[in-house]
Amino acid sequence: MSKPQVHQFDAVIVGAGGAGLMAALHASKAIKVAVISKLYPTRSHTGTAQGGISAALANMEGETDSWEWHAYDTVKGSDYLADQDAVDVLCKEAIDAVIELEHMGLPFDRFPNGKISQRRFGGHTNNETGKPVHRACHAADRTGHMILQTLYQQCIKNQVNFYDEFQVVDLIRVGNEVRGIVAVELATGAFHIFHSKAVLFATGGWGRCWEVTSNAHSLTGDGAAICLRRGVPMEDMEFFQFHPTGIYKLGILITEGVRGEGGILLNADGERFMERYAPTIKDLASRDVVSRAIYLEIARGKGINGQNYVHLDVRPKTVNYYFEKDGESRRIDDAYIEAKLPDIADFTRTYLGIDPLKEPMPIQPTAHYAMGGIPTDVDGRVLLDTQGTTLDGMYAAGEVACVSVHGANRLGTNSLVDLVVFGRRSGKHMVEYCRHASLSPLPDGAADEVMAAFDRIRTHNGNTKPHVLRQKMQKAMTANVGVFRTAELLQNAQGILAQLQQEFQDVTIDDKGKRFNTDLLEAWELGCLLDLAEVTAVSALARTESRGGHARDDYPERDDANWLQHTFCLRTADGRYELSYKPVTIGRYQPKKRVY
Amino acid sequence: MQVLLRIRRYNPELRDKPWWGEYSLDNVAPHDTVLELLHRVKWTMDGSLSLRRSCAHGVCGSDAMRINGANALACKMLVSRLAKPGQQSLKIQVEPILGLPVLKDLIVDMEPFMEHYRSVLPYFINDSPAPANGRERLQSPEDRAIFDDTTKCILCAACTTSCPSFWANDKYVGPAAIVQAHRFIFDSRDEGAAQRLEVVGDTFGVWKCRTVFNCTNACPREIEITRAIGEVKHALTTKS
Ligand SMILES: Cc1cc2nc3c(=O)[nH]c(=O)nc-3n(C[C@H](O)[C@H](O)[C@H](O)COP(=O)(O)OP(=O)(O)OC[C@H]3O[C@@H](n4cnc5c(N)ncnc54)[C@H](O)[C@@H]3O)c2cc1C
Ligand code: FES
Repeated sequence: MSKPQVHQFDAVIVGAGGAGLMAALHASKAIKVAVISKLYPTRSHTGTAQGGISAALANMEGETDSWEWHAYDTVKGSDYLADQDAVDVLCKEAIDAVIELEHMGLPFDRFPNGKISQRRFGGHTNNETGKPVHRACHAADRTGHMILQTLYQQCIKNQVNFYDEFQVVDLIRVGNEVRGIVAVELATGAFHIFHSKAVLFATGGWGRCWEVTSNAHSLTGDGAAICLRRGVPMEDMEFFQFHPTGIYKLGILITEGVRGEGGILLNADGERFMERYAPTIKDLASRDVVSRAIYLEIARGKGINGQNYVHLDVRPKTVNYYFEKDGESRRIDDAYIEAKLPDIADFTRTYLGIDPLKEPMPIQPTAHYAMGGIPTDVDGRVLLDTQGTTLDGMYAAGEVACVSVHGANRLGTNSLVDLVVFGRRSGKHMVEYCRHASLSPLPDGAADEVMAAFDRIRTHNGNTKPHVLRQKMQKAMTANVGVFRTAELLQNAQGILAQLQQEFQDVTIDDKGKRFNTDLLEAWELGCLLDLAEVTAVSALARTESRGGHARDDYPERDDANWLQHTFCLRTADGRYELSYKPVTIGRYQPKKRVY
Repeated sequence: MQVLLRIRRYNPELRDKPWWGEYSLDNVAPHDTVLELLHRVKWTMDGSLSLRRSCAHGVCGSDAMRINGANALACKMLVSRLAKPGQQSLKIQVEPILGLPVLKDLIVDMEPFMEHYRSVLPYFINDSPAPANGRERLQSPEDRAIFDDTTKCILCAACTTSCPSFWANDKYVGPAAIVQAHRFIFDSRDEGAAQRLEVVGDTFGVWKCRTVFNCTNACPREIEITRAIGEVKHALTTKS
């Protein structure tokens, strides 16, 4: 094995999605920063975010809004599991974060008065009337694309150092301090050590644990799995969001913005079934509520043609019919849908051959978003336990982190807010940290362990193909750790996953080379997914209640007396999982029954 | 249906020269994408096949390649679009995009492309103070609409690597970079148009465009690229 090349920086940011780039922009003004990404930055999954980013700007003529309403909606959406001090930070700072993005040039859609255009989104309400409010700032249905492009453009302007197509595979931790990371350069297969005072993980989610997902192939939870392996607990992993409207079988996301613009969910009878599940805001209820409703409709035989899907109808005729029924004066036409939802129209035309102006779209829930992840405080500092002990120099932000502002169920548009608000806070805090901290020496052989693990996979000769294991894992997770869970299903999942972990030891790849060995990296990523799948199943089995995205058929009620707390799941040196719990921070909003 | 997938392979660790790999796939459905077929080869036949991909639904820009001689995103190209109705067996040929150095199989060196991109100052420039009320700069929906089309670019390089002028001379900034310049030149809030017009008005800028329309046809985001280039040319002539 050749010796890894060593680079020195004040801070290393891993991940170039919205969270990583926002942190990079703020940190690189003051300290020496490297941004490392396994994808070219503009390929990051933030670019696929469609519907919008919420902030209580109250730009809609004749409407009022306030960040406190946004906070209440977020807390209610979270099924009271979010930490309310963190939610206050999120919603208050959302406002100037969105303005900051506009000042960076982000081309938001505009209202006739020239202000940023806002649309309705699930769970965002006027707190006095309970009716939907226009809070989601957007650029057509490619808001994430515009955020990612704008942040990357500003990074070019500010000459941020990028290491594109470098994949981080280990964290260098000594005691309660980090000293850098180990990365593989994809083009050459060479290992590099980035020696630094601070490290930020902004590596995104792990939807690829499931079979039907809105997530990119690259969303394999690397950052979270690396932390887990280096003794960082994972918080609230049982809470994974299933978005109600994925394209049937494909999982490609159809933004909630479709329902925000008036789209309606219909069952086999052509019934607007959400009227029964959420009488006040109907189709715009929280995602967990809508996903469960779809499952229940399918279970009682009301899927379209008896299949596992329902219809999402955004044909102007349908939308206007329900506008009229609901006493709304607004009407829409084909041109409006084409202008507001061009990408959605393109997806359904391309992948389904369906024109959403003429036909309803077949949809089913799709694995979408990790509410849980690496525990942090509001400055992105990573926590090692329920007491708040920090891992010095270590930060996490974006989907990989759990602050927790999303609790048991994230509201639509709040991830993009999370990226920019906590990406920015982490970037700023790292600057402070690096000013005072000194660069501690690298331990000897800092990369040896992971290099050996890679060499083992690369040279092993067995019979187990990564693809086969991945499929088994995804099927097991979809069947057993999905929208509805029971002890039996979760135990079943644990058994299968333990077996797959065994089989993983025999994983064998075809590509024995160094250059762009994506065969090897995919195999390593599968290991990350397996670890996170296990943590998810363990955490879910222990939580004997139903809350937000975690619905237990055997424990159908929320249980505040016992479960108003965050799960911390740690993997011990001998491979066991240890659970501990941390009380939720309650603020202005006392838990009450959640009705929409 | 039955598909014979011919893939242009290259791996200097194994052989000096590129070669054609041929893979026979059964039970291909018309709605399968070329990316799915490539994954089938990679996951079940030859794991060493290398390509870039991420989102799998045409928005991240990773997997532009030459499919049956024309640039497209593999994840957005359905088999049905390559077959005639009722056809039972089909040959599909996949090669890396042209004009950028091939590193391995379908992976090309994107750096020359990114260098052209960076040369047009692809970022918002406005040094005037922001509104005193701490809020957004205003822009009318009409002004916003002028550059809407060019905000859609995902930097996949399908356009630039389908352009004969770029093949002939790789110093040409290429359509993608001009699209990016257009996005800012026509943004009513931006103040950097003069600098950008200087770059794209250079000998290796827009005047290398011979309006062949390959770029417009290749764009998976359906950006009217040739038109955008025309608008930049027009801005240059009206400026001087
Ligand atoms: C289809 C879709 C639509 C969505 N729409 C919305 C919406 O409208 N509003 C909203 O608020 N949220 C939305 N979301 C959620 C939101 O987009 C994501 O949660 C968010 O973009 C995640 O951003 P991130 O910066 O944390 O990570 P990502 O953007 O996923 O970026 C991860 C980065 O980490 C890098 N990386 C990962 N692993 C490694 C490694 N080992 N080494 C080096 N680099 C690594 C990747 O290269 C990438 O740069 C949507 C999500 C999806 C899937
Ligand atoms: S994989 Fe993202 S564009 Fe094809």
